[in-house]
Amino acid sequence: MNVLAVMATLQNQIAQEPLGEYSWILTIVFYAFFFVFMFYGQRIQMYVMIREVEGSLYKLKYMKDEGRKITIETIKEVGKPQTDPTARVDRFLDYFIIPPQSMDPAGIVWKLEHILDVRDVRLKDEVKLMAPSADETQTNNLENTLEVASELNYIYKMIRHFYLLGKKTLSLYVIMQIQMILPLIMREAEAYTTALKAFAYGQPIGDGAGALVAARLMHGYEIRKVPKDNVVASVPIEGRAAFVIKAEGPGGNVGKPGDAVKTIVEENEGKIATIIMIDALMKLEGEEVGEVAEGVGAAIGGPGVDQFKIEDSILKYRIPVNAVAIKQDIGDNVSPMRKEISEAVDKAIERVKQVILEKTKEGDKVIVVGVGNSIGIGQ
Amino acid sequence: MKMSQAPTNTTTRVSSFVLMIIFIVLALSLTALILAVSASYQNQVVAGYLLLMGFLGVALSAYFLFQTRRRILSLRIEVPPVTTTVECKKCGFKSVREFQRGDYVFKDMGACQKCNEKMLITAIYREVKERGKEKSRF
Repeated sequence: MNVLAVMATLQNQIAQEPLGEYSWILTIVFYAFFFVFMFYGQRIQMYVMIREVEGSLYKLKYMKDEGRKITIETIKEVGKPQTDPTARVDRFLDYFIIPPQSMDPAGIVWKLEHILDVRDVRLKDEVKLMAPSADETQTNNLENTLEVASELNYIYKMIRHFYLLGKKTLSLYVIMQIQMILPLIMREAEAYTTALKAFAYGQPIGDGAGALVAARLMHGYEIRKVPKDNVVASVPIEGRAAFVIKAEGPGGNVGKPGDAVKTIVEENEGKIATIIMIDALMKLEGEEVGEVAEGVGAAIGGPGVDQFKIEDSILKYRIPVNAVAIKQDIGDNVSPMRKEISEAVDKAIERVKQVILEKTKEGDKVIVVGVGNSIGIGQ
Repeated sequence: MKMSQAPTNTTTRVSSFVLMIIFIVLALSLTALILAVSASYQNQVVAGYLLLMGFLGVALSAYFLFQTRRRILSLRIEVPPVTTTVECKKCGFKSVREFQRGDYVFKDMGACQKCNEKMLITAIYREVKERGKEKSRF
């Protein structure tokens, strides 16, 4: 009751003298706000942006630290090293690649391929040194885990660079460019963080949708290895002989589908009726995860070396190339495979069979390539 | 290590200085509220101001405490459980269990409980429950 009485008194006092003798204070405050925002508006806006970036930077630091921690723990658990791998992991997190010079672009694909090969060999050697007890599959999974941790470290350092540069120069435009793309970068970083566990445990990821389609088609048939790190099986589909190709699993591996396609095309002297490539495709907002779409062209991501090789092989013999895509977003692509994507594999197989029926005749030879990371997917 | 566990690294540690300030403000606000009650018998205007200050202080400290907790929660990365489907190709018997390290699609598993035939891992996936997904008209 007392509280109510006090509140009523206060209310009456304010009601009786809305401005009273202190109205000049309000006027000064109003002008102060006006001038502050007129001269320092942009700076205030910049501080708001810096705070926003700072908040995301905290989150990125947490993700980067978790990445490092999970990698070290997995190496210790799987690889049983004699010495502490922490120093080696830290050294690898800052590992970088210098792409080839493109002033004279002729032959750049082979230069890029060479550099990527050197990097792969180096990474494999590092992992073998860090985890001597790991088998082939575990080594591949550890390589992928290290790559993800390294990517998270890179994202954190880039954002930190722009944040500190923005603070140092007090330039709105330095901080604005990073603040504008921050939501997309955070989505990517979150996807990589969920991918860490998938790679450490060897779980199939969304990117492996194409490899899973190929695995379902080739399971139970005789399998042989083809360059590089790929497997192929000759599978009868609708009266045609289909060479089904995928990266060798179940370790984390994308192989070199370009080399595999070239090998099969050359083995058959170019007598291939069609090539069908199945891959995961980034969906647009509004599209459903696991939608299956069809098109033409070499459906393969990455640095472009394998796409170039496939296009080169098909051009030589004028082989038509068809694409079947399973749609998913960036988060699904590197995190454990979603149920919708796993179920979309059956739809994709139906689509592949439909393309084979429509575009080829009985007795023809076709190549079916399941593109993607084979982690957690055998054959 | 489970990633959905409460984060423990240095990024997520709440500054003890900030916590101390929040609790000092909270204590002062509560004192103001008590003083407001006792002052209400002598001077109702003073009591009113004390009441206002007390409520504002309590609201502010509660807000900052809530914000600190929210920051820690926002750092947590939820990883939905991954399930493995083991299937018998002969009789179609299916069993779904949690993913175990070493599982992979098309891995041969033990004998089927029903027909004693070899079982196989046919799928490994995670189920995502989309929270608050608004239905778009487009």
